[in-house]
Formats: sequence, structure tokens, C-alpha cells
Amino acid sequence: MMSKTLYDKLWESHVVHVEEDGTALLYIDRHLIHEVTSPQAFDGLRLAGRKAWRPSSIVSTPDHNTPTDHWDEGITDPISRQQVETLDANIGEFGALAYYPFKDPRQGIAHVVGPENGATLPGMTVVCGDSHTATHGAFACLAHGIGTSEVEHVLATQCLLQKKMKAMLVQVDGKLGKGVTAKDIILAVIGRIGTAGGTGYAIEFAGSTIRGLSMEGRMTVCNMAIEAGARVGFVAVDETTIDYLRGRPFAPKGELFDKAAAYWRTLKSDEGAQFDRVLHFNAAEIQPQVTWGTSPEMVMTINDNIPDPAKEKDAGKREGMERALQYMGLTPNAPIQSVKIDKVFIGSCTNGRIEDLREAAAVLKGRHIAANVKLAMVVPGSGLVKRQAEAEGLDKVFIAAGCEWREPGCSMCLAMNADRLEPGERCASTSNRNFEGRQGPGGRTHLLSPGMAAAAAIAGHFADVRDIM
Amino acid sequence: MDKFVRLDGLVVPIDRNNIDTDAIIPKQFLKSIKRSGFGPNAFDEWRYMDVGEPGQECTHRPKNPNFALNQPRYQGAQILLTRQNFGCGSSREHAPWALLDFGFRVIVAESFADIFFNNCFKNGILPIILPANEVGEMVRQVEATPGYKLTVDLPAQTVTRPDGRVLNFTIDPFRKECLLNGWDDIGLTLRHAEKIREFEARRRFEQPWLFA
Ligand code: SF4
Repeated sequence: MMSKTLYDKLWESHVVHVEEDGTALLYIDRHLIHEVTSPQAFDGLRLAGRKAWRPSSIVSTPDHNTPTDHWDEGITDPISRQQVETLDANIGEFGALAYYPFKDPRQGIAHVVGPENGATLPGMTVVCGDSHTATHGAFACLAHGIGTSEVEHVLATQCLLQKKMKAMLVQVDGKLGKGVTAKDIILAVIGRIGTAGGTGYAIEFAGSTIRGLSMEGRMTVCNMAIEAGARVGFVAVDETTIDYLRGRPFAPKGELFDKAAAYWRTLKSDEGAQFDRVLHFNAAEIQPQVTWGTSPEMVMTINDNIPDPAKEKDAGKREGMERALQYMGLTPNAPIQSVKIDKVFIGSCTNGRIEDLREAAAVLKGRHIAANVKLAMVVPGSGLVKRQAEAEGLDKVFIAAGCEWREPGCSMCLAMNADRLEPGERCASTSNRNFEGRQGPGGRTHLLSPGMAAAAAIAGHFADVRDIM
Repeated sequence: MDKFVRLDGLVVPIDRNNIDTDAIIPKQFLKSIKRSGFGPNAFDEWRYMDVGEPGQECTHRPKNPNFALNQPRYQGAQILLTRQNFGCGSSREHAPWALLDFGFRVIVAESFADIFFNNCFKNGILPIILPANEVGEMVRQVEATPGYKLTVDLPAQTVTRPDGRVLNFTIDPFRKECLLNGWDDIGLTLRHAEKIREFEARRRFEQPWLFA
């Protein structure tokens, strides 16, 4: 029998039909829905007089627009409120397995909510009108971010039209250094292959370092596969996966769990399976990362100096660097550690889980944010994460350090709610995109790990978390 | 969806790599629950000198004169010419909606991000990939030639330059068929409804935990 990659297995187990040119209909097991990319899809269904094919595949929660403070006042921005209320009404009309509305104890970022409720199970196809759906690949799922027309397509047909991608293996082996985390791994990968390096590929993350990561860490890595250009990224099932799922609300129970787990254990690439591209990373060589530019591939290690476009031979790249440095207000060749920050954002679907908050709190404990830091926000990824953190007393650590402890949501990851940067402000952010204006028009975003964000908050400038651990 | 067959259209270049969907349509405009009306805010942060708000009338906002889309010679352009990895980042379909609403029916680039590429076909926009040297040459020609038009022929899969040079491009036969006929994917997929139901029934039997 031919050896198969995990991608082959996930793909083959979902093909309903194939067109002559290879375009396949893939059956979708789980559909996550949030308020921003779904209204037009539900409208389309209504216009065509269609129903949702399988409402029990749907798990939904508003996240992008919800405020992170003053919940007693509701959603004060009328346009945001309309979008959230539209979701309430659409789910009311079309149905869902679970809906966590605004202020529900389980509300949060869709990519945090799915896994923690056991609604993301190995071997599933998962879709969401959101590019960071790749996050669910941590559970050996084929998890695609889709556009709104595709949201409507999945609602109406329970299928997605897809062509099979090429397979890439990102193999990370060895022991991570102290203070180096999953976020540093994925930023280093993006730094090497570039934001288009994974275009057209499905990436499997493997190797001893990946196996050594918790589910939270694996989610952080898969989450940013899209920042490497790959629509999907995933990790094989092992006991870490299975242990995480036991006892979660939508995970199977008792004998059924054991039966499911036996199947889940087959979800890995076979010995000798062939990949179209293979990349190796040595974990011991990965240093804490921080981005300097306006694309996640513009990334450097914390002990380096800001790159100099004059040393870049490729004219196109040089121009891109110059434009980015100008937007970011940075001087070539200066140490990144000399750059002062205005704000800190700890949260998002990349780093808003309990482990991320623990990592940041461990650094902030007994310390205080620097005087020049105007705001350090800690935004848990979900209501469950928030209550877990409070049970562990992490909220008190953050507040004592001078941080704001907020309600869950996407928040300043994309600044659709009131949380945003002012023009020219510089932010140390645990989110996933540093595009121009991402955190507010004219805002300057530097991506890094939760520990590194905490270190920057204390120092008032970028700093090496290893120096204060 | 509107059909796409042939187009003889004015070209505007945006000579940059990695143009992301946040740049194509900034997030404040994603609050709309409609599919249309995004055109005036396409490339909002690059096009205007002030910060745009949803629902705002755009005709009197201060425009950035250096941005190609604002220059008189490019008014009425239907073909956007750009470089590598166009449409990267967020999956927001508001990006192709904004480009379509602005008037673009074709985007020519060296490469596209996957989700964006896919979203174009769902909205009757034809994304065309051409080799870097051809794109580079075209950018130079457009900048040097006011009124520069390209003729795009989908059945023949060709782009013809004003100087008569014909470039071929590739496209999936299935996507081509859908664009040529203006077919809606959902209608096409539902022809297989019986197959989907059979697949689902088997799955429900083999992996009942997926159907809790
Ligand atoms: S946290 Fe950020 S990246 Fe994640 S879903 Fe929300 S807006 Fe998107």
C-alpha cells in the first residue's frame, strides 16, 4: 500500500465528488460562524429560499465587534451592534449546535471557543469565514478559512469546492531554549519561507519540538500558517491531543470516546510518505522573535539590529523595506531593543489562551509596566479562559502590574471595536498581523510572544524575555 | 453572478508586492451587512488623506494625488495590474466586493494569495497570473502610455497588449466554465445532493461522534 501523508488521509476521507478537472466537493463536519463574514451569506440563503443543510454542524459566537469593557452598557457602536444582532437573528432562524451570544460565559474568539468546548475533533473538516481557521489544524483537522460566498455554499450544501493542494512538511526538532515559545517557532518559519512561501500548500508541522508542544502551543503554530501563505496547517494526533479532548462538552463520552480515539490515532503521516517540499528547523537555534516591518515575514531576533535596506540587492525588496521602515518610524541598524513602545496587547486567537496568559503573568509577576507604556491590555480569548485565569489569580498579577484586564474578544488584534492604536503609536502585540493600519490607522504593530510582550511592557522598549526570567 | 467572457479595458498599475486585504478594504467597513457599496472605500487608507468611516460620503474627502487610482488618466480602469501575493491576509470577501464595486473585472498579477484568488471567481472577477518579467514590462508600458488598454479573452485564455503581443494564461476548466456562464456554485453543487446525503449517512454510521 502506498504511504500517505496526513493531508492525503484528511482529504480522501471527505471527498464526496470530483469534477473532471480535479475540483472536489469536500464534506464539511464543523462550521464556525461569527458576525462579520456571515450576514451576506445568510441573506443569500434567504433570497434563494434555502435552509441550512445541517444546522447541527454549526457553532457560532460573535467576537470581532464585541467590546472588551463596560459590558453593562452593551454594544454602544450602532453599526457593530447591528452586526451582532443580525447574527443573533440569523442563528435563531437557521439553527446551530451551539450559540454563545454576546456576554454568554462561553463567548469568545471562534478559534478559541471551538477547541475548548470539544467542538473541534480530530479528522474533521472545519471551516469558518476567517483566515485563522487553520488554528484547528492542531487537532489534525483539515481547517480552511473561507470567504463569505463559501460560507453560504457550506450552509446550503455542507460542502466546500476545493482543489487538492501540494503537501509541505515543516519539521522542527530539538529542544527549545528557555523563554522560546510556539510563537517564536512560527515567526521563524515565516521569516524563512516568506508570507507567500506556503501558497498552494497544506503544511504539516512535525518533529520532536512540535510533539513536545501543548495543544495551546500547537494551535499558535497552526494559527499563523496563513501568514506563511498556507490556507491550512496541521499537526498529527498523539496522546497530547487525546488527553486534551477527554471530558470536553462536545467530545464523545465513555466507550464512544475510546472508539473515536482509536480512529484518531491513525491520523498521522505514514512512514515514508512523500511531500512536495520539506523544511527542517533546529529548535535550539530559534531565538525570541519580533517583527520590525509591515508583513509577518519582516521578522528578526531580539538581539539583532533593524535591517538596512542599503544592504538588500533586490530592488523590489529594498523598496518594500524602505516603505515598511518609514511607516514603522524605524532607523536602520539600530538595535531593536532600543525601540520604545506605547502600548501592549496580549490576546487574540494566536495567543489568547490560558497558557499564553500564564506565560505573560509569569514575567509580570511582582513587576510593573514602564511609565512610558500608556496602555497594556490583557484580553482573554474566551469567557472560559477568563474565568480559568481568575481562578488562578492571574488577573490580580496583571492588574498589580498596571495592565488592564478585559472581557474576551478579538479586540485590538484588528481594532474593529473601540480598542485601537492612535496614528504613530507603537504596540508590542501577541496577535498575528502587522499590516499597515491593522490595529488602527497609522498604528505600528510588532508581533511577538506573550512572554516577550510582557518583557517589553516592563522595560518600556523591546527586551529579551530571557534576561528577566 | 455576472458572466465574464471578454473585456477591452483600461489598466491601472499598483506597483507593490504583498498587497493585503486590510489595505484593499480596511476593517471599519466590514461592519456593513451588505455585499455592495464598498467601492468608494477600496484602498481607503491609500486613496484618501483622512481616516474613513463607514456610511460617510466620500466625494468630498481629501484625496491622495499620488495614488494611481486617483489620477485622471486611470479613471474608469477595469483592469488592475499588480505584483506578487496580491490579496494576502484576511479572508474577507469584502476585498473582491470592493474591487468589483469600484469597477474592476480583471486583476493581473505575478501571484495571488489562495483565499483571495478563490473569492474572485465567486464574484465574477477574473484573476490572471502572468510571469514576473511580463508583468514588469507591462507596468513600464502602462506608466509610459496614457490610455493603455488590454484585451482579455477568456474563451481563448489570452491577454492582448496594445502593441499586438498576445500572452496566454491558464485557468481551471471548471472555474472557466462557471465564469463564462455566470453560474452560481451552490446551484451546481446541489445537483449532487443525493451523493452528499449518501456520504453523510455513511459518515454518521462510521463516526457517530461527529453528529452529536
Ligand atoms: S483574534 Fe484577530 S486574527 Fe483572530 S479571529 Fe479575531 S480578528 Fe481574526
